[in-house]
Parts: sequence; structure tokens; C-alpha cells
Amino acid sequence: MAETIDTKTAQGCCSEEHEMTVEQAIPAIDHIIDSLKKTKGALIPVLQQTQNLLGYLPEQVLVHISRKMDIPFSEVTGVVTFYSFFSTVPRGKHVVRVCLGTACYVRGGKQVLEAISRELDIAVGSTTDDRLFSLEIGRCFGACGLAPVVMIDETVHQRIRPDKVNDLLNTHRDLDAQEEQHA
Amino acid sequence: MPKKKISSLEEFFDFADSCRESLSRKRQSQEIHVCTGGGCIASGSLETAAAFEAAVKQAGSDITVKQTGCMGPCSKGPVVRVMPANTLYEGITKDRAETIFRQHLQEGTVVAEWAQKDQATGEPTAEDTQSSFFAPQRLITLRNSGNIDPLNIEEYLASEGYQALAKVLKEMSPEDVISEMEVSGLRGRGGAGFPTWLKWKFTSQAEAKTKYVLCNADEGDPGAFMDRSVLEGDPHSIIEGMAIAAYTVGASQGYVYVRAEYPLAIARLQKAIEQARAMGLLGKPVLGTRFSFDLEIRMGSGAFVCGEETALINSIEGKRGEPRPRPPFPAQKGLWDKPTLLNNVETYANVAPIIRDGAGKYASVGTDTSKGTKVFALAGSINNTGLVEVPIGTPLGDLIYDVGGGVLNGRAFKAAQIGGPSGGCIPKQHLSVPLDYGSLEKLGSIMGSGGMIVMDDTSCMVDVARYFLEFVQEESCGKCAPCRVGTKRMLETLDRICEGEGKEGDIELLEQLGAMVKDTSLCGLGQTAPNPVLSTIRHFREEYESHIRDRHCDAGICAGLVRASCQSACPANVDIPGFVALVAEGRYAEALKLHRERNPFAAVCARVCFHTCEDKCQRIGMDDSVAVRGIKRFLVDQEITIQVPKVLQSD
Repeated sequence: MAETIDTKTAQGCCSEEHEMTVEQAIPAIDHIIDSLKKTKGALIPVLQQTQNLLGYLPEQVLVHISRKMDIPFSEVTGVVTFYSFFSTVPRGKHVVRVCLGTACYVRGGKQVLEAISRELDIAVGSTTDDRLFSLEIGRCFGACGLAPVVMIDETVHQRIRPDKVNDLLNTHRDLDAQEEQHA
Repeated sequence: MPKKKISSLEEFFDFADSCRESLSRKRQSQEIHVCTGGGCIASGSLETAAAFEAAVKQAGSDITVKQTGCMGPCSKGPVVRVMPANTLYEGITKDRAETIFRQHLQEGTVVAEWAQKDQATGEPTAEDTQSSFFAPQRLITLRNSGNIDPLNIEEYLASEGYQALAKVLKEMSPEDVISEMEVSGLRGRGGAGFPTWLKWKFTSQAEAKTKYVLCNADEGDPGAFMDRSVLEGDPHSIIEGMAIAAYTVGASQGYVYVRAEYPLAIARLQKAIEQARAMGLLGKPVLGTRFSFDLEIRMGSGAFVCGEETALINSIEGKRGEPRPRPPFPAQKGLWDKPTLLNNVETYANVAPIIRDGAGKYASVGTDTSKGTKVFALAGSINNTGLVEVPIGTPLGDLIYDVGGGVLNGRAFKAAQIGGPSGGCIPKQHLSVPLDYGSLEKLGSIMGSGGMIVMDDTSCMVDVARYFLEFVQEESCGKCAPCRVGTKRMLETLDRICEGEGKEGDIELLEQLGAMVKDTSLCGLGQTAPNPVLSTIRHFREEYESHIRDRHCDAGICAGLVRASCQSACPANVDIPGFVALVAEGRYAEALKLHRERNPFAAVCARVCFHTCEDKCQRIGMDDSVAVRGIKRFLVDQEITIQVPKVLQSD
């Protein structure tokens, strides 16, 4: 059974690797595992790289990793559920992390979170229907001097005001629309 | 870069000399340093650097544009320093680059408008070292950050880099290094402040063929970002510190555990490791000696508890990041059950200067019991947010008012939160406390990793305590009951208080639970988790009492108790948002009626009130407060013309 990892959306926002099916991804995952064969305690790096490849960690993949690395499935899922960076459900193309570290909290991070949540119409930890954005809480990105901050993918955006979140999200929406046109 | 690996110490010293010479030649010519620390990148410093490069190219000049690590004043970013004049410019967005290049570098006049200003006089400071921000600082950990290109190993070598490692390999035995560290008095900078030399001694004494050294860069405390800045701005100093530690304890493999939220730090450290390897400063052997050492980066996956040493070890082993009971301590049985030395980033960054310049010099800074300097990350309600390094023992007030430039928007200082979720709040009556391990502990706080959040009168201490407890409750790994259940019960109690449902005895309950969690938790996370609650109860008990007894939140934060912060601040509790909204719609009569429900003397109040409501206005953060008293005066003045007669009817 080919479980399609489909991030195809109404807005067509998908990079090629995200269209990969689990079956297609297996050789790549095997390659990751082989490349880390000499590394001690390689499970977490393997999971990190696999998630980078697929965007999330479906159960089928975890079973495969467990067999290939000869680590009990219970241990693999134990690790996956322990760390907040691992996700077993598909995530959006852009992960929006609103910092709720102390500095951001006292400078109004919570209001920014509420505004984004309202704007995207999703709760924390979930993904928009078009799979464009996932909303998460961050615990300090070390940009406290510029609080409150929001990290979208790997970029930190500083001094975000609740009334400006729309602009921030629209920039990403526009970029994606442009990408789609190019494609 | 030499073509091949350096294979002997003599060769190394020669090469370092040549790097030094070429740098000192370069130092005499003009250079533009653009800060590319994480903070300034978020402010757009990469575009600024590109704009400078374009301007230089267009002018056909040979001035170097250098991307350095963090310079300190993060909130003023992007920050640019023009050398050799040492002039610091703040807020240099890409459109300002050309002007600075033309006026300062070509015509030789300082662009006063954007140069760093002296706080007292408002005049631009000629050299940044004289400014009130930099003058009280003493840079040891951050010696290179902001001065050198972190991705250029030759600049690190030219700044006396790897000299300490070479010195150790050439003429010092592990025992010599340990006694030098003992003299230096360096204590762990990650939080607990355990003497570094003792840790090194225990690990070196443990008998085993394989040992490990680890670097804890899982900087999870919200509000602390010094480790990030060191990794981004001076990654080689960590490699050097770890190599010296490995030589001392007898390890040949090291790991740096960096949190995944720091992609730039990971990338720069990785690059630095590759450079060191290519040059023979890492690998087998190191600089042609009998010592060999290599480093690997391990990325965290978003678990705060992994900053605890045994949890970090479990995580590197590929397991759930749950702490282990101690003893056995990592020095006996750590990573893969081998003796393991674990120190924090900032601790390692201090090693090379201690060895190179002598422990005595290092120990001359600081207090009797706490030597050296400490990096603090200033954030929150303070004018100069950013990274600062001051001698240990500097009074808290000096740090906030001199280096930090005082509280934002001229508000009143209320408390400084030090040490993140493990630390506590220091109130204003203790502003003179020297920042050292012992003094802070006496006040119920800890030095911690050095995150310092300054809070003004708009912060509610009960809410702050609740915030930290929510944090540790979410991050508690769940292994031991006191931390898992105890913090949950405490959080429930605090939630109740903040929602206006607190009852008598809640404060005592929190104290009792807090003491229990502290005494019985397995690891450092649980043992320090109650600190924010206990320290705020200690210093701000009256705030808890007013939440519980009067159902009142003075700061206007706790949603269950407050409709609007202005209303909460009003002694008469007038419905300010209500009447302001009615005035906006021109419904003056209704507005007045609403006012008179709480305070019948609207006209008097509109003229003489000292408007505490305006001090607490939420708009202050954006521009200025709403002129509540002015609106009120306008409102009552309308009454003269628009009278609303009261019609009484008999039945």
C-alpha cells in the first residue's frame, strides 16, 4: 500500500521531495541509516534527517527504521514522542513558531500568538487546511533583544506586533504564489 | 591557510606569527565590521553587509567588509563598526550603508546621527569603548565576538587563538592545567557554579581507557542567548577550550550538544570544526603531538530537560532525554558509561584566556569567592537589550542603569528575573546586590546561565511565576513524581489565583509544595523549578495577597481579574475603556453616566487626577498612552451644552 505523503494543496505549495511516497523514500532513508552506521547513538540523527526529508515521521517509516537499525519499535516511538521537534503527523510547508520565552512573553508574545492563531484559524500544534502553515510555540530563539519574535522556518522575524502578523504571513503566501507561477 | 596540515608545534607557532603580522598590517587600514549575530541578521544585517560591499565595489576601493559575530547591543541592530576609528553605528539598514561609506570612510567625518550616543550627554561617542554601554564591561568570554570573522580561522589565530592549546601541549602536564584552573577560580557558567577544576580533576582521576568531553550548548533557558552568540561569533574558542579539557582528562572524543533552534550556530561551529581538522588542530594527532582529539556536533530536538547533564548524555546516546539518578556522577560513569566531563559553552570559552594569560590575571577580576567575568543577556523592559560581559560582583543596579541604560520608556523598575525557570526575581530594594553566586543565592535566586529579564510595573509577579511554572510543567520529562505531579499541583493553584479564584491558604500551600518539590526531585530541573514561585512569594507577597483577598491585579495582567489595565490602575475603578469608546462614538451623555457609576466627580477628576490609568496604558509600547484625562475633560465639557434632563414620572 502506497501511502502518499501529499502536501499538494489548493495553493500548490510543494517542493519535490514532499511529494515522495513512503516507498520512494525508503532508499533515501536507508542511505541515511547507512551513512550514520559508524556513529554511536545514531537514532536521533537518523530521525532528524528523515524528518527533514519527509516533513514528518509516519508510522510506516518508524517501523522501517526500527527494523533496519535493530532497535525495538517501542524505543523508537519512545524517542519520537519525547522530543517536541519530531512530528508524526504531516506539517505545513512553513512552520510558524511564536516565541513564548520570558522576554517575548513580557513584551506581548502571547498576543502575537493569539493574533496568528486567529489569522490562520488554527490552534497551536495544528496545520492549516491548505497545508501551508503549521503553528507552534517556541521557547526562546535567543533573539530576546528584539522581542517579541516569530520564527518562520529558519528565519527569525523581530518585533512582531499583533496588528502586523497579517503582513508577515502574506509575504510567505505571496512568495509561494510566485513560486507556483514559475513552476 | 597552509597547504597541508600543521605537523609540529614549531610549525604552528611560525604560522600563528605570520597570521598575526598580516592581521596587524590589515588593522591599520580601514575596515567595515558588520554584525552578523543572530539578532542583527533578524534586523537585516546581511542586506547591510551586501550594501556595503556594493558601495565599496562601486567606488573601486580596497576597504574590507567583514561579517563578524555579535557586538552586543542587539536591540539597536543592525550594528556596524568602522575600524580603525572604532566608531559604532546603530540601526544601519541597507539604505544607510552608502551614506556611511561615503561620509565616514571616504570623507572622514563621523555620521553623528547614527553613531552610538553617550547616554548622559547625548553626544556621539568617539570610540565605542568609552560609551556607557561598553566602558563598564570586561570582555574575556566575548573577547573575539564582534571583532573577528568567525569563519576565518586565521583571524582567530592572529588573535592569540590556539596559543593556549599549543602551550598546554608543549609544556604543561594535565596536573599543571588542573592546578592552573584551580588558581583561576573558574566556576561552571551553566548555572550551578560548580568549581570547574574539581570536575576536571574527578574526570582525570577516573580510570578508564576511553573518556569523553561534552559541551552543553543546549541553551534552553528562555532569555539567555550568550552561548548562541559565542558559538556564532567565536566558535574556535569552544574547540580550543574543549581540546585543552580533553588533554587534561585524557579524552580523545568530544561532542557538542547544540539545540536545534540555533541553526546558524550549528552551521558556524561545523565550519570551524572542519577548518580546525584541515589544519591539524583536531584529529589524529593534534599538531603532530601524541595527543589526539576530535569533535562531533549533536543536535537537540526540542527538549528543555536535555540541558541537565545526565539527560543530555542520554540524548547523545540516542535515547529519551530523561535524567539519570546521581551518583554515579558523569565523572565516573557518563556517556556510554565512560567517565565524562561536561561543561557549558561559556565555561569552555574562558579556558583559553586562563591558560594563555595565566590564572592569576583571570582571578584578579571578580570577588573573593567568584572569580572572573559573567556574560549577561539583558532583555525585557530595558533600553539597551543585548549581550554584556561584566566582572562578577558588579552591582545589579549598575548593570541595569549604566550598561543597560535604565528601564524602557522611563517606567519604574520592578524586578529583575535572573536565571530563567530555575532562578528568581530580585526586587528593587536589592538593586545593590553584587552579582555573584553566593549573594544571589541568599536572595532566593541563582546566577544561572545569565539571562536577565528586566520587568517594570506592567509585569505582574504572580503571572510571571505562573508563566515559569507552566514552562517547567510542560518541559518536565515526567520521570519522577515530585516534578511531574508537584509542579502540576502548584500550577493549578497559581492558575486559580490568577483567575480570581484564589483562597486563603494558597500561598502557604505553594510554599509547602515548593519546598517538597525542591527537596525530592531527581534532577536539577525539578530541584529548581519552584524557585520563581518561592522567590516572588518572598519578595512580592503582598501582590499574591491582593490577588487572593482583593481580587485585584495591580499590573493589570491577570485576565480573570482585569478588564483593562487602565481600569485596574484607576483607584476608583472607573470603566475607562467603556467611556472612551462611548466618547469616540459621540455618545457623551452615556459616557458620563458610565463614569458616574464609579465616580460622581467626573469634572473635578478630569482636571486634577494624576491619571495612573495613563501610566498603565497598553499603547505605551507602540507610541504613547491614550490621553484618558484629556478625553475625560472634553467629555465633561460637553455636558454644558448637551444636557440630559432626567424625567421623573409618578405612577
